[in-house]
Amino acid sequence: MTIKRILGLFNDFEQASAALHELREANLPHLDWNDVTIKSPIEHPDVESVLGVRSIPVRNYTLAGAILGGSLGFLGIATAQGNFFSQLKGGKPIIPLPPDFVLTYEMLILGGVYITVLGFLICAGLPHRSKRDLYNAAVSEDQIGVMVKSNAHCIVEVRKILENHQALSIQEEVVL
Amino acid sequence: MNSVTQGKERDIREDIAWAQINRDVLASLEQPRATYWALFALAFCMFLVGVGCEWYQYNTGLGVSNMNNPDMWGLYIATFIFWIGMSHSGTLLSAILHIIHADWRKPIYRFAEAMTTFSLMTAGLFVAVHLGRVWQIYYALPYPNERWVWPNFQSPLLWDAMAIFTYLSSSILFLYVGAIPDFAICRDHATGWRKNFYTALSLGWMGTDRQWRNFRVAYLVIACFLIPLAVSVHSIVASDFAMSQQPGWHITSFPPYFVAGALYSGCAAIITLFIMLRHTFRFEEYMTMPILDKTARLTFAIAMVWTYLNLIEYATVWYGADEVAKETLLQRATGPYAVYWWSMNFLGSVVPFALIFKKIRANLTAMMILSLLLNLGMWLERWMIVTPTFSHGYYPWTWNHTFFPSLVQWGIVFGSFGWFGMLFMLFCKLVPSVSMYEVKEMVFHRKLARIEAREA
Repeated sequence: MTIKRILGLFNDFEQASAALHELREANLPHLDWNDVTIKSPIEHPDVESVLGVRSIPVRNYTLAGAILGGSLGFLGIATAQGNFFSQLKGGKPIIPLPPDFVLTYEMLILGGVYITVLGFLICAGLPHRSKRDLYNAAVSEDQIGVMVKSNAHCIVEVRKILENHQALSIQEEVVL
Repeated sequence: MNSVTQGKERDIREDIAWAQINRDVLASLEQPRATYWALFALAFCMFLVGVGCEWYQYNTGLGVSNMNNPDMWGLYIATFIFWIGMSHSGTLLSAILHIIHADWRKPIYRFAEAMTTFSLMTAGLFVAVHLGRVWQIYYALPYPNERWVWPNFQSPLLWDAMAIFTYLSSSILFLYVGAIPDFAICRDHATGWRKNFYTALSLGWMGTDRQWRNFRVAYLVIACFLIPLAVSVHSIVASDFAMSQQPGWHITSFPPYFVAGALYSGCAAIITLFIMLRHTFRFEEYMTMPILDKTARLTFAIAMVWTYLNLIEYATVWYGADEVAKETLLQRATGPYAVYWWSMNFLGSVVPFALIFKKIRANLTAMMILSLLLNLGMWLERWMIVTPTFSHGYYPWTWNHTFFPSLVQWGIVFGSFGWFGMLFMLFCKLVPSVSMYEVKEMVFHRKLARIEAREA
């Protein structure tokens, strides 16, 4: 069976939201809800909620980054200080905790920020070759896109629903 | 629709079409006013003056700066602190205002964050300039070698390097991540080399719900990290002074005093750049007078915090038991630097009271002059922290009340403003200085809120 992708563009979030609701209620066989995507010029959590709960794993990266940054930072500094054993410390500790805390604090933030950005790129699927996906430049301007990937029969039904909700334009492409 | 409704001016017109926002901001990348090129040329000339002075200092030696014992920091370190301070407001205010959902930040945060990045890059230059033998800068790198150059992890100077690196790289990432959706807009409208440039920067952003969801969380998380980071950076810069034994510097209130001063000068710089960009790029619809008014009020509030902490610093020294510190304070107020010290206090604490007048806040020329005066006051503050203390230390035989920076020092400081201006103007020509998607959000949510309020 041919797999296709369809993108309908709407004037505003209300129309896009209504189309999504109808898609959901139509309960089309062979339509995997995870293959329904919204493309919009701004974020809009209310419309996204129609898609159901979808995970935001970037938070896990943040936690891991902060913990790794802080602990590896402290260990790295302490290891370096351990190597200074040959230096005269005048009775002061080889691994002084208060100054090390300052550097650990900075490393925690550094790790947290870097890994959050890395996590964001991974979770958002970036970098992404835009030619691999249906796209319309109007999405970055003022139109809301609803994109569905499914088999050819299902796409026919989806097209009808998108047309019922006054989609401004509809594009289709064959995926497989 | 008029932007004045119900007697209250709006931050932004709610009926601006999203496509119009794209057009206006993208036009700024292609067709700025002639003022843009005039400013760029001015910045470039200033930069050349700085390069010339540095070239002369490089070939002749650090002696041409007039720096000698005990005045071995001079304008270079004072200006280093000034630029670090200037970097504060951009990212810090952007992050704080983002977290508290103050949406009036949206048209102005992008250039404020860019200001942070370029200020930090300018500050970094002063460390190299100050070294004198700049060709041996690699000596400062902490790697074990035959010279036994070991880093001292107990030194605030090392913390400083770490904090500034963390802040610079995190600010660049915050600025970049926040601009990805706008790079996608540029990609969709650009042609020629700009198309390739923005295609690379946008990373293939398509505005999908998956991308927006993760973007929202990542951006918020970075903002949360940046707030304590920004506070720590200037606190650590303050520790360079407060953890020393110099009279007048060994004060507990130095870190918050530095942070307040940094926010203050940053806010004043935001006002200067706001007015400049508003005119140069025809951003009257986005950088509106109500937003300027809010920024001015914020600046006034921070000016009062700074004034309070400044007085605390004087009181701590005055009522403390450190007689030498007290004498240094008196020396500042009555000695050869008195005119600069009193100017600093006047410009930093008295001049901001002009901001309480609505007529002044609504006058662009007055605001421009005022913001420049406030920043002059803040620059003098940094100079007054460094030079008078060195020239009047603990030991009378080290006193040197005749120290004054040479033209070479002034030239390099002057050139640093040109370097900053040049980088900033270049940035504004390549990256949208108004965040298009966030202005769209602002317009959308405000319109929605008004409709809901009317229905209720």
